[in-house]
Amino acid sequence: MNIFVCVKQVPDTETKIIPTSDGSFIETASIKWIMNPYDEYAVEQALLIKTTIPEANVTVVRVGSVKDTEALRTAMAMGADEASHVAAGDNLDSYSIAKALKGAIEKTGRKPDIILAGKQAIDDDCLQVPQILAEMFNLPSVSVIVGFEMNGTTVKVKREVEGGALEVYEIATPVVLACNKGLNTPRYASLPGIMKAKKKPLAQLSLADVGVTDADRRVKYSGFKLPPEKPAGKKFDATDAAKQKDVVAQVVGLLRTEAKVL
Amino acid sequence: MDFALTSEQREIRELALKFARNEMIPLAQEYDEKGTFPTEIFKKAWELGLINVCIPAEYGGPGFTGLDGVIIGESLAYGCMGMNTSFMANDLALLPIVIGGTDEQKKKFLTPFTQEFKIASFCLTEPGNGSDAGGIKTSIKDGGDNWIINGEKMWITNAGYADLFVVYGTIDVTLKHKGISAVIVDAKTAGIVLGKKEDKMGHRSSDTRGVRFNNVKVPKENMLGKPGEGWAIAMSTLDHSRPLVASSALGGAQRALDLSIQYAKERIQFGVPIAKHQAVQFMIAEMGMKIEASRLLVHKAAWMCDQGIKNTEVASYAKAFASDSCMQITTDAVQIYGGYGYSKEYPVEKLMRDAKLIQIYEGTSQIQRLVMSRELLK
Amino acid sequence: MANVLVFTELHDGHVKPVTLEILGKLAGQSADIAVIGDISAEQIAILAKNGAQNVHKLKGANLDKYSPEGYANALAEFIKSKNYDYVFGGATSMGKDLLPRLSTKFQAGLASDVVNFTMDGGVFAGTRPLFAGKCLAKVELTGPKPHFVSIRPNALGMTPNPTAGAGAASDVNANAGEIRAAIKEIIKAASTKVDLTEANIIVTGGRAMKNAENFKILNDLADVIGATVGASRAAVDSGFAPHAMQVGQTGKTVAPSLYIACGVSGAIQHLAGMRTSKVIVAINTDPDAPIFTKADYGIVGDLFTIVPILTEEFKKLLGR
Repeated sequence: MNIFVCVKQVPDTETKIIPTSDGSFIETASIKWIMNPYDEYAVEQALLIKTTIPEANVTVVRVGSVKDTEALRTAMAMGADEASHVAAGDNLDSYSIAKALKGAIEKTGRKPDIILAGKQAIDDDCLQVPQILAEMFNLPSVSVIVGFEMNGTTVKVKREVEGGALEVYEIATPVVLACNKGLNTPRYASLPGIMKAKKKPLAQLSLADVGVTDADRRVKYSGFKLPPEKPAGKKFDATDAAKQKDVVAQVVGLLRTEAKVL
Repeated sequence: MDFALTSEQREIRELALKFARNEMIPLAQEYDEKGTFPTEIFKKAWELGLINVCIPAEYGGPGFTGLDGVIIGESLAYGCMGMNTSFMANDLALLPIVIGGTDEQKKKFLTPFTQEFKIASFCLTEPGNGSDAGGIKTSIKDGGDNWIINGEKMWITNAGYADLFVVYGTIDVTLKHKGISAVIVDAKTAGIVLGKKEDKMGHRSSDTRGVRFNNVKVPKENMLGKPGEGWAIAMSTLDHSRPLVASSALGGAQRALDLSIQYAKERIQFGVPIAKHQAVQFMIAEMGMKIEASRLLVHKAAWMCDQGIKNTEVASYAKAFASDSCMQITTDAVQIYGGYGYSKEYPVEKLMRDAKLIQIYEGTSQIQRLVMSRELLK
Repeated sequence: MANVLVFTELHDGHVKPVTLEILGKLAGQSADIAVIGDISAEQIAILAKNGAQNVHKLKGANLDKYSPEGYANALAEFIKSKNYDYVFGGATSMGKDLLPRLSTKFQAGLASDVVNFTMDGGVFAGTRPLFAGKCLAKVELTGPKPHFVSIRPNALGMTPNPTAGAGAASDVNANAGEIRAAIKEIIKAASTKVDLTEANIIVTGGRAMKNAENFKILNDLADVIGATVGASRAAVDSGFAPHAMQVGQTGKTVAPSLYIACGVSGAIQHLAGMRTSKVIVAINTDPDAPIFTKADYGIVGDLFTIVPILTEEFKKLLGR
């Protein structure tokens, strides 16, 4: 069984995001990079499948630049068998990334049975790559999964939708699955694992190797800027019984139109 | 000169810090208050390979350098200095075996610690002999087939949970330090009586007790080196263990600094965050400066060990400087928090209580200065 | 002027509001609607009122339940038969799942989670948050058409006086194609409340709650807006709520989108637990309570009269 896990390396959630002076991206010099948190659930699920199918191969694939604490090394330290890294910038769009991932997976020569990824990357929050990848491979996909069971070559997953309801899907492999928090509890990379990871195969590829060029970009970002300052808090006097209802109605309205939280 | 950590060391630190944040910090306050021994956390740390950093690869250990060890030590201490004292005590006990043991002894006593979760205690201090370690009175008598140990040890970390004791005693009190010998004792051996758990100012999740040895019989092959070689083993051990203990002070100090910065940015007095007041800024600056200096000393002391360079005075510098700095830094952290810092509701008073012990154990700050001056004035 | 198709979802037979927000913003373009399955005349009228020229009802076998492949195949076939420059959809659960597959069928790009946009000269230029909202960026599309855009619900807001469209409805024979991943069953959401640390909306009671029974009015409010109820240390220490509900330095640290503090003074210990809340509403009789320095919307008044009114207003807003 061939399991592929797509991981992305993203800025740590505590990082202060500062747009570059020309607004073309963000300052990356002093960023602490981590494995995309949602991808941890994908790596963990792959390793859980491997527990039941020890001969399964778990290959982790990543598109992006080389940074400290490689997400690929962490995944291999957790237990993945090998990795492929496609060197690229950190602001490729989803389409290019998916195409590069597909190329890297195909370059291994192994046909995917299950492709796992986190449901979204916390840098661009696009929630696209797993579905694009599935369409490119002409495979079925289910995103935002919080439950997984496998029986032979049939996979049963629970997808979380608005309101907290769960859609249950049963699919024959091969399939692409995008993982959400709650699917499992990602294991730590143990220290022996970190040591073993050094000896595991890591294939280095270029975008050209996987057939991706600038012409594959579909979405362009520019004008990066900080969001506007939160306006000063508003205080409303609701001590007068006659005005109470109006005051409350006003605040509720503002919560919808101004704060946009409901 | 490359001050940078290798990418592998960065990964190790990441893992240890992640463990400290996720597993240790959430329970540190509660375990400190209740004096709960962190068995589950200790075991989890062992499963991840964060414990027994001193065991060499040939005996099933991770094959860490001393520098790797202090990186882990600092990270775990960031989570809780008290829990880390329990974790580190394993290394303090096993190091003498690593340094002075035969190949058989290492296989027999170190390897099992890599295969199964076990706890060890290191027994040197006695009620009447702390700093004056050379004058210990616990006797190790030749009983023909065995050594027979009699005596009382005090302030023994992990005593209530140990599977193994490494005990320093003397074959002849009149020989002073030339009579000192070390033996490895299985905790289940008859005649070992554990004292009551001590109620301490800090490191309260660490189990500390007196241990009495009443005619405890130990196989002849359990002695490390020959009779009388114990002192040399102990001194050599300190060169490795002092940087490790110093790293604990370093981790605690870093936590205190991080908490102080966070609070200083939030707490508003006189219309501005207190981080804008120079009095507070200067305290924070001192903290940062001392931590950076501590870290450099700790890393250098460990690095020298790894290079096989005698590091006695640098190890002392590291231990004294890091622990004295930690005391000052955690005290200032409480000061920055003001009234809230004095309350158990906030995490800094525990750090201050924990810092105190590191100035005392593994050679007091005063003993360290004796060591330093002796080395310098040779 | 651009030819735009807006994919519409229905919820209980009603068009999801995000569709109307999108239509309003597309004034000046030619906007059609595509919906899978049937839609009432009443809803078609609403779509027309907000600017829809045509409402295409895609009907066919295996489209009664959502499936990413079925819906994508059906829509793709329909879009290929037309000449749209853009396809818009809401960034809903379905939209986030469906639109990337659909856009890839055209080797086209999708600008997702857009919170604002212009169509100058019929060309889309959007704004969207990145890095969990820590910054904003301009987003544009390039490459094969149609271009796809998903819009964050409730971000655009409703256009006050939308330009109406013809709203001509027609049926389209739709082909779901091969479906390999289909919904077998749907498990309704459990009624158990979300844990405080995970909750998106939190309502907290402070010392002013006076006793544990009074927390009922907070539970009523929470039920309407889907919130979890918390308590301040003062309320817990006074025995009005169990420690598990405590938000603050020695309680839980929370990070909801909306935090409603009722009768909470806003002591520093409490703020420590909730200061990263996106929007804070505070209700307190004391206009100088520290909580008001942190609140985005402060209501000076008695929580016992204000909270029930708040519950009623939310019921009206959310149609509950």
